[in-house]
Amino acid sequence: MTIAFVIILLVIATLVFHFISPWWFTPLASNWQTIDNTINLSLWVVGAVFVVVSLFLAFVIIKFRHNKNRRADYEPENNKLEGWLTLVTTLGVAAMLAPGLVVWGQFISVPENSKIVEVVGQQWHWSYRLPGKDGKLGKTAIKLISEENPFGIDVNDINGADDLLVKSNELHLLIEQPVKVLLRSKDVLHNFAVPQFRVKMDLVPGTVTFVWFIPTKLGRYELLCEELCGIAHFTMRGYIKVVSASDYQTWLTSLPTFTQTLARDTANIAQGKQLYTGCVSCHGIDGQGNEAMNAPKLMGLSRWYLHRQLSYFKRKIRGQNSDDLYGQQMSAMSALLPDDKAIADVSAYLSSLTAIESIPVSTGDAIKGKAFYKNCSYCHGEHAQGNYAMNAPKLAGQYPWYLKRQISSFQQGIRGAHPADLYGKQMILMSKTLHDERAINDVVSYINSLTNVR
Amino acid sequence: MTKIEYVAIADQVDQSNHPSTFLTKYIWSQDHKVIAIQYSITAIAVGLVALVLSGIMRLQLGFPNEFSFIDPASYLQFVTMHGMIMVIYLLTALLLGGFGNYLIPLMIGARDMVFPYLNMLSYWTYLLSVFVLLASFFVSGGPTGAGWTLYPPQAILSGTPGAHAGILLMLTSLAIFIVAFTMGGLNYVTTILQARTRGMTLMRMPLTVWGIFVATILGLLAFPALLVSAIMMIFDKVVGTSFFMPAILSLGETLDHSGGSPILFQHLFWFFGHPEVYIVALPAFGMVSDVIAIHARKNIFGYRMMVWAIIAIGGLSFVVWAHHMYVSGMNPYFGFFFATTTLIIAIPTALKVYNWLLTLWRGNIHLTMPMLFAIGFIFTFTHGGLTGLMLGNVVIDLPLSDTFFVVAHFHMVMGVSPIMVLFAAIYHWFPLLTGRFLDNKLGKFHFWGTFLGTYAIYLPMHYLGFLGVPRRYYAMGDTDFIPESAQTLNAGITVSAIIVGLVQFIFIANVIWSTFKGKKSGRNPWQATSLEWQTADFPPGHGNWGEQLPQVYRWAYDFSVPKVKDDFIPQNLPSEEVEYLTSERNNDRGKK
Repeated sequence: MTIAFVIILLVIATLVFHFISPWWFTPLASNWQTIDNTINLSLWVVGAVFVVVSLFLAFVIIKFRHNKNRRADYEPENNKLEGWLTLVTTLGVAAMLAPGLVVWGQFISVPENSKIVEVVGQQWHWSYRLPGKDGKLGKTAIKLISEENPFGIDVNDINGADDLLVKSNELHLLIEQPVKVLLRSKDVLHNFAVPQFRVKMDLVPGTVTFVWFIPTKLGRYELLCEELCGIAHFTMRGYIKVVSASDYQTWLTSLPTFTQTLARDTANIAQGKQLYTGCVSCHGIDGQGNEAMNAPKLMGLSRWYLHRQLSYFKRKIRGQNSDDLYGQQMSAMSALLPDDKAIADVSAYLSSLTAIESIPVSTGDAIKGKAFYKNCSYCHGEHAQGNYAMNAPKLAGQYPWYLKRQISSFQQGIRGAHPADLYGKQMILMSKTLHDERAINDVVSYINSLTNVR
Repeated sequence: MTKIEYVAIADQVDQSNHPSTFLTKYIWSQDHKVIAIQYSITAIAVGLVALVLSGIMRLQLGFPNEFSFIDPASYLQFVTMHGMIMVIYLLTALLLGGFGNYLIPLMIGARDMVFPYLNMLSYWTYLLSVFVLLASFFVSGGPTGAGWTLYPPQAILSGTPGAHAGILLMLTSLAIFIVAFTMGGLNYVTTILQARTRGMTLMRMPLTVWGIFVATILGLLAFPALLVSAIMMIFDKVVGTSFFMPAILSLGETLDHSGGSPILFQHLFWFFGHPEVYIVALPAFGMVSDVIAIHARKNIFGYRMMVWAIIAIGGLSFVVWAHHMYVSGMNPYFGFFFATTTLIIAIPTALKVYNWLLTLWRGNIHLTMPMLFAIGFIFTFTHGGLTGLMLGNVVIDLPLSDTFFVVAHFHMVMGVSPIMVLFAAIYHWFPLLTGRFLDNKLGKFHFWGTFLGTYAIYLPMHYLGFLGVPRRYYAMGDTDFIPESAQTLNAGITVSAIIVGLVQFIFIANVIWSTFKGKKSGRNPWQATSLEWQTADFPPGHGNWGEQLPQVYRWAYDFSVPKVKDDFIPQNLPSEEVEYLTSERNNDRGKK
């Protein structure tokens, strides 16, 4: 008997939970109201069936519970009843299916006035490509992908020359403009999902898939990868910013074309050396760093990494947190570099210096640290040598005190929390896998040991 | 040419060589009942490993970054191993290798499986597959963390944990399992078709046998798809072929593959994977039907409809697979077809639910332990089946696919529901194995903990899915669209999961205790009609039937037949021996 009352209570509890639950779909920000409608319709139908079936079950248990003086009926079949039940069920199913199929028809017919955007997925970053004035995207191939050509665009394809490249995890979209998103993956399966837009689709290496929608609300929405893509799957986030026409134009003009990105290599090392004189008092004459001044080693770091960090300091993306004293200092000092050209020059100069790898040994347990470092090695490399393709800087050879401070800054959101810090969020999520100071010490010791071995 | 005289199996004299040593009786046994117990113990043991893994996963999700032994790599490895063990090595093995083995010969009136040696080989091969699987915990890199679906390319690339030794051991173990299953499966099908005793027509078989029969046929047709995909993936990994591998990068380096299709793997996988759902569900449907009929003292309502529903569901289960792939990037027009077939399969399934309810209707319901679990099953299966109607309806899958809604749905329908039936079945047939009941008090504790606990896990989990929380995420971190309260919800789910996990150990304790000290049940304690309770010896001995095989005179559901003295008529009781309440002799209405 208890079971019958418990089932009644569970039905009530389910309904109460459903109606008071604050956990529900995010407010819709696209044209896919029809999907929400289909869900609501289905939910009402299945909800009603759930309530009726469960309550009937409870009723039957109470009414026909064991009684010594009563015998069960003997009723093997009832064709009429079974026929009616089949019919009603079929009608109910059809009532749910029909609108679903209609909406699916809409989902797979892309409007003619859609604009094309390409979304490129890779372990574990997003980047984007827009067609230039010709409205066409250039051909791509995996074997063409290189540090200079991260999108793998075919230089011989005239359509690709004016493609606009967004090597960032943030894409801007024009409000009320239907958009056909072409999905391409460089490595494994990924999935393009923005909860507020409702629609999602896998990125499949070897082919191009698509999804379309009309963004209808201004705002910045998180883009998630929702197809398991390896160890750092949960950190593969990006942003879709829906903007007004004028903001969209501004953004478009800020994007380099493919041709421009190829021609960019104009950095002047001599000029960079000149500029660097302003930095020597802290970072040392050869960029060897100085613990007393809290200045990390810069010699031998990758050019692209130095470039990115310097421009973060300059654009007030890094070094703004009130707890980040040395970052603030650096942000102020970046004024010495007047423009992007200066940043490129000084980055080129520093990366041209040969790193001296011997550094003071840190105190943690390198053997334990090796186990922690496994999670870092996917991007930063087995020898902590860094990997441009993964946007991961070299760590080997850096001072332990600096690495420790950065890891804990990421953990606390002192570094990496700025929305424009492309890979900061990823490091915040990953750094939290180190649970205490001892773990940080251990992993840093291991990174340190990689340097001393070589 | 000498002519071999044909003697029907039912007329053959008992020629079984009864084993005499401990080794031949309990270890290298060819007795289907011992093999069934070997299968069951192994499956439950490895299932407990998977249960512990799920607890660890839940700790990470409920209390992220509190437990230092769970890092992103090991989290994915636990998720993967939990899923694969539960689906294949626990549910499939326990339902078919365990219950199928035990019940088929007994319920159809056979002395054993028709190929006893093959049956023994099936178990030992299964055990080998379990060892190969568990070995992956001890190799460098650990087990694979590719998710139980093992999607390439990531499953065999360095960005995924266990992408070297781990994945190879997983694929090898699956291949070995399929060999084991094929040996067992051919045996079950042949036994059911060839070794039914006299009078046991197909339409007199208990639904348990029907469920196991159709599920086994599904397995024999579906597992080869998994086998070939496992072999092809091993080739891609080891030999460098490109079945599933297009030209791609791996952590920035260009690989030598080109031209393969990752979606091909998904088609093969789900061509196996969807029937697999019914390989688990159909035996459960069958067993729960019998438990409900026996404990409600009423014939199963619409027996013929139930049989045809099992067959229809089995057939349809081969044409719905791509509903797992609506957002996989396959040809979008497939969506129309697979949404339609998927929703059609709901019709025979719904009819089964109605028929269970109508069996209870005007029954005389004994709320025994098996019945409680069976009722729990009807409730959870209805819930899980209905959310399946949503996900099957292609557009609804767009926002919900790959979120916790999916996780909640398939755990409800494929985890909790079959497990409810497994428990109902274990409480029901335990006296047949041991001559003793499982303890009722511990049983009640076990039932309520499991029933309420699992609902407390999975009902709220659907709502995380509505919110958009993706599955297989080690941690969400801070996001704009997920309120902080969702973390509280997650913590609550974890607490429930831990409780449900602990309650299962009460069950294990109950089984061990009751095997030796449980209340004696006596012969046919539930007053069931089916043959397994009518053996010469109780519990049944080797060869099952003594000198003479039973003769069957009726279907398995003659409960509460009007004017008959007892409220059940065993299948092997001739009409002349049925005792009536009045002198007036009716035609035996139970004969079908």
